[in-house]
Amino acid sequence: MAVLSILTYPDPRLQRKAEPVSVFDDDLHHFVDDLTETMYAGPGGVGIAAPQVDRPQRIVIVDVRPKLGEDCHGLMVLINPELAAWEGMAVGREGCMSVPDFTGNVIRAERIQVQAQDASGRERSYECEGFEARAVQHEMDHLDGFLFLDRLVSRKIDLFRRKNYKK
Amino acid sequence: MSQALLTVIGEDRPGIVAAVTQALFTADCSIGDASMMRLGGYFTIMQVIDYPRDLGSVEMALDPAIKRLNLRVHLDPISSVALTADMPNTRVTVYGADHPGIVAGVTGALAAIGFNVIDLESESSGSAERPLYVMVIQGYAPEGVESVRKAVVPLREREGVEIGVHPIEAAVF
Repeated sequence: MAVLSILTYPDPRLQRKAEPVSVFDDDLHHFVDDLTETMYAGPGGVGIAAPQVDRPQRIVIVDVRPKLGEDCHGLMVLINPELAAWEGMAVGREGCMSVPDFTGNVIRAERIQVQAQDASGRERSYECEGFEARAVQHEMDHLDGFLFLDRLVSRKIDLFRRKNYKK
Repeated sequence: MSQALLTVIGEDRPGIVAAVTQALFTADCSIGDASMMRLGGYFTIMQVIDYPRDLGSVEMALDPAIKRLNLRVHLDPISSVALTADMPNTRVTVYGADHPGIVAGVTGALAAIGFNVIDLESESSGSAERPLYVMVIQGYAPEGVESVRKAVVPLREREGVEIGVHPIEAAVF
């Protein structure tokens, strides 16, 4: 296992669209292990995407236990992830290992259903909400070359949240 | 480089930001934190600038824009070191039927618990018969978000406004 080095903005490699994973071999397993170790070593330590370490493949790892304890899915290895459903919107302040020293407000869905494969290629489905859902959406953005900087909103946007909005 | 706080006020029209920032650029200034927004019919700029020589040359560079756009400009030299650099940990949102005393009431309650207002934006809207006041405050509560929740409870009743208190947590992913 090894801690990989993180690309930081404005490195153009962060803006590439990542390719789907089609081969689930030992090389992938090793990479997932390294990526996981790199995530835990980072300042946030709760999520990472392969493009952040200069590997343009659709691989995301999220583990929000450092933040939420056991009240979450724990370690999720999301390969070729897709958002199957989402609902609700919430404003939250985000930072990113690839954008050091800056945080900003971003709107994300409050609840999501994500479908992905695990490191062995098995189909998985997760329902996430709140902080965990935010982490997954943030990391999935990296796969399409987006940073949270592409989704910044002004503080005032928070006003438009309704106390009881209809679904 | 020295720092100054530049204040610009003028009747709102297109081109104010462009003219002011272009003038600063030609005077070799760089722009730091800035707040630029329309207030009433006026456009306002408050920004920290770094300038290389003296403030006189900054004023001189701004002069054509000031005359052309009829701006009022003020430059205050400031020390480069912020006395308090607390990051906001609490956002307070207030809305309700507009009436005098909302801001004083809310900020008075916040000051009493040592809350430091870092950013306050407010807007009067709604119709003339039913004016609506909306305010968003971001600041640092030394005793945490719960202390703010407690502090604003009596205000809901007294001022007849809705007050939301939310933690500001920057999640680093």
